[in-house]
Amino acid sequence: MKTFAELNFPGRLIAVEGLDGSGKSTQIYLLKRWLEAEGIKVYFSEWNSSELVKSATSKAKKRQLLTPTTFSLIHATDFADRYERHLLPLLRAGYVVLCDRYVFTAFARDVTRGCPPDWVRGLYSFAAQPDLTFFFKADLKVSLNRILEGRPKLKFFEAGMDLRLSADPYESFRIFQGRILEQYMAMSSEFNFIVMDANQNVEKQQSLVRKTVGEKINLSKFKRRLPLPLPPAARPEDKSKEAEEDVAA
Amino acid sequence: MKTDSPATKKCRRFYGHGIPHVKLEELAGKLIVVEGADGSGRSTQIARLVDWLETSGHAAVQVGLKRSTLVSSELEKAQQGNILSRTTLSLFYATDFADQLGNIILPALKAGFIVLADRYIYTLMARDMVRGMDEVWLKNLYGIALEPDAVFYLEVEAEELVQRNLSKSATLDYWESGMDLGLSRDVFDSFLKYQNAMRATFRHLQKTYGFNIVDANRPVEFVTKELRKKIRAVLDGD
Repeated sequence: MKTFAELNFPGRLIAVEGLDGSGKSTQIYLLKRWLEAEGIKVYFSEWNSSELVKSATSKAKKRQLLTPTTFSLIHATDFADRYERHLLPLLRAGYVVLCDRYVFTAFARDVTRGCPPDWVRGLYSFAAQPDLTFFFKADLKVSLNRILEGRPKLKFFEAGMDLRLSADPYESFRIFQGRILEQYMAMSSEFNFIVMDANQNVEKQQSLVRKTVGEKINLSKFKRRLPLPLPPAARPEDKSKEAEEDVAA
Repeated sequence: MKTDSPATKKCRRFYGHGIPHVKLEELAGKLIVVEGADGSGRSTQIARLVDWLETSGHAAVQVGLKRSTLVSSELEKAQQGNILSRTTLSLFYATDFADQLGNIILPALKAGFIVLADRYIYTLMARDMVRGMDEVWLKNLYGIALEPDAVFYLEVEAEELVQRNLSKSATLDYWESGMDLGLSRDVFDSFLKYQNAMRATFRHLQKTYGFNIVDANRPVEFVTKELRKKIRAVLDGD
């Protein structure tokens, strides 16, 4: 798997990975704010967010229609749509693209669900490797508590209930997340994850993220020639929706 | 009556990694696939086969592309708008296929039904290959598919397909003409070029997957007769 830099793309892709509740979305949001303020051409893309595919996914999840294979394929479809329509053209145009979750989420989750690793990796073989991948590693207990305290009602697939690990959604969620973490750790060195200590406070983590990005990517190359006005801040109703869907598998 | 003795039965297998948690030895029914372009007589033949099978006392169920509960309406919408790029569309179709495989085909086979598939992975692969997608990638993707007990490709000359499609609907379908490929701005020329490319790709896939090529330029009855004869042999477990 080659990085976008190795493939001579003018743009760069930075991905964050981690368990639900690891704080990765907060970190990439703060990174985005910083890059925008620096006048960098930046674009943010979130897992499972392509408009068209989303309607099928949310319907399927509500009705609990998904098998491990269709779960995997529908997320690959979503990723391909974003990859081909947004990420590739933006990377060709010299953007810094930020991804909240990348193919590694599929590698970890789908394999935990019983899909063969070779098959899943083959599905995503059209995707290049991020230039930087931050993995936010919190104690399993810490991330579990963050999720379980804030949102006591767990969704079926999010809790891994389809795996029949336990009749209790909370117990099922704990086992499921633990297995996903094992999968992530097993691929950490293969894909050059930058492992972040997500037990640290937000500011410490963010300053390390910014420092690393600044060192590894020559940001001056990605500045807009003409400054653009900052995009308007997300409306409050949009924000609450994002937060709600962050954890959705 | 079917004879289901394991000794005479063709060994069940997935083409590749298959579907997790499926016990192949439990799939007692038969999977019969009919492939071919629009106008090859697929639907007519399948209707006749169902009739014949049910009259002979077999339980039959039909499946086809773009009929999954999961994504068929979204897939339809995407196709109408022609807004998805090729990898995305390809994976969307694969999702539709996998949904039907897991929720209809495999359970029906387990229950001892004869499943008649109006197109299977070969059409999906051929369409993508004609559009320049990687064959190795597609073979991995469709490694989830169960190997059918029999596959019949109804082959018809492109010129004959034109006649049949026009006499049926007085128009040539955008996708069946491969208009998205930009082979020609003229739909008639594009249809001929696209269907010839599809046929060549089917011939290529036949070498890997070994399906029966049936001359479907002939009248309906001749084709039905040939299909019945070959299906009977499958059901008798030769």
